[in-house]
Amino acid sequence: MSPESIPTLWRLARLDFDSVRNRPVLLYPEGAVLLNDTGKAILELVDGRRTVGEIAGILGERYQADVTADVSEYLSHLAERELIRDA
Amino acid sequence: MTPERPTTLLAELTHRCPLHCPYCSNPLEMIRAEGELATEDWKRVFTQARTLGVLQLGLSGGEPMIRKDLEELATHARGLGLYTTLVTSGLGLTRARAERLRDAGLEHIQVSIQDADPEVAESIAGVSSVKQKRAAVALVKELGFALSINVVLHRANLDRIGAIIDLAADMGADRIELANTQYYGWALENRASLMPTREQVAAAQATAEEATRRYKGRMQILFVLPDYFEQYPKPCYGGWGKLYIVVAPDGKALPCHGATQITTLSFDNVRDRSLEWIWQESQAFRAFRGDEWMREPCRSCPRKTVDFGGCRCQAFALTGAAENTDPVCILSPDRGMIDAAVAAPSDSLEYRYRVIAEPQRA
Repeated sequence: MSPESIPTLWRLARLDFDSVRNRPVLLYPEGAVLLNDTGKAILELVDGRRTVGEIAGILGERYQADVTADVSEYLSHLAERELIRDA
Repeated sequence: MTPERPTTLLAELTHRCPLHCPYCSNPLEMIRAEGELATEDWKRVFTQARTLGVLQLGLSGGEPMIRKDLEELATHARGLGLYTTLVTSGLGLTRARAERLRDAGLEHIQVSIQDADPEVAESIAGVSSVKQKRAAVALVKELGFALSINVVLHRANLDRIGAIIDLAADMGADRIELANTQYYGWALENRASLMPTREQVAAAQATAEEATRRYKGRMQILFVLPDYFEQYPKPCYGGWGKLYIVVAPDGKALPCHGATQITTLSFDNVRDRSLEWIWQESQAFRAFRGDEWMREPCRSCPRKTVDFGGCRCQAFALTGAAENTDPVCILSPDRGMIDAAVAAPSDSLEYRYRVIAEPQRA
């Protein structure tokens, strides 16, 4: 995922909150990924329109830090698992 | 030890099925309709499963479409926040029922196909089914469900794995599971006729790897080498009693769908006990948790944290003791019986088909 990539969540995946574990979770066929708050913050901004750079910009402002590399790495990791696609 | 929370519940709603596939994962002795759990039992089990931490629900069988209360169960599951997969042959999935399932909030439907060649497909299913399956798949797509295609691989269809993958893509599948036959229950009965050759397996693996690259981003392809053709056993669902619960049609809670064949275990029933109690306290779920139960060569093996000694059901079925190392492991003293089975596939393709036995007459 480069800063220009437009990430989109796999059609089969759903972002949810697991009230039992008290953690955000990404659900998909035959699998689940428990997320931390950073992961949740990133995935909530993935809408199939924003670029990786734009998502990083929003979060960078929120956290007052340059998070471009972190956001790109996180989404690339999920893309490798086919949970995130390049729209 | 305190167990982790389970993530997955496989609800085998019924053993009834219009198909007779000779590799069926249901046990040889199946539950008849009158022994099945009631709607309220299943709803209670789903609620208890969610409270226990389950996130994934499989509505399976047999053929789950046979249950008239499927839509009600799917609605209840969605209300709990579970991600639900309907595991079906496609037979019985009419437009009216598919629409009701969509309205119930069901997200994902997995349809089995037996082969890309219709004639061979129906000879495996033991019944005319290809036309109905195609219609069911078209409905699943039209109504916007996520679609998985599941294919069990064996000697009679393995050479067509490329055509099977292309067929699934043409059907618009989001993912395809290419599941090599696991030899328990019915499949063990039919092992000599189902067993592929080493050449077939090697060619199929190459085809699957090429297709995985070609379809990346469009259709997810899952292909795992059959354990008989590997050196080490498969980790059974991340270890016994770790993530996975199966509830059989009669309410028995199992750590694995094949577990009833381990006759030295006793299984508690969700009619009598809560799922939480069964998960934490029952003999069957505790029997092979962790590594205290292990014998050599597993006990001192560094791989015991990787594959957990392999499959307990396979160890029991082939060596007579569930505590033994899974005999597919090259470190097992029993590996010879696996190599012998691989070396001697039968020439015939005669199967003992899956049927539910008639009750014994007095």
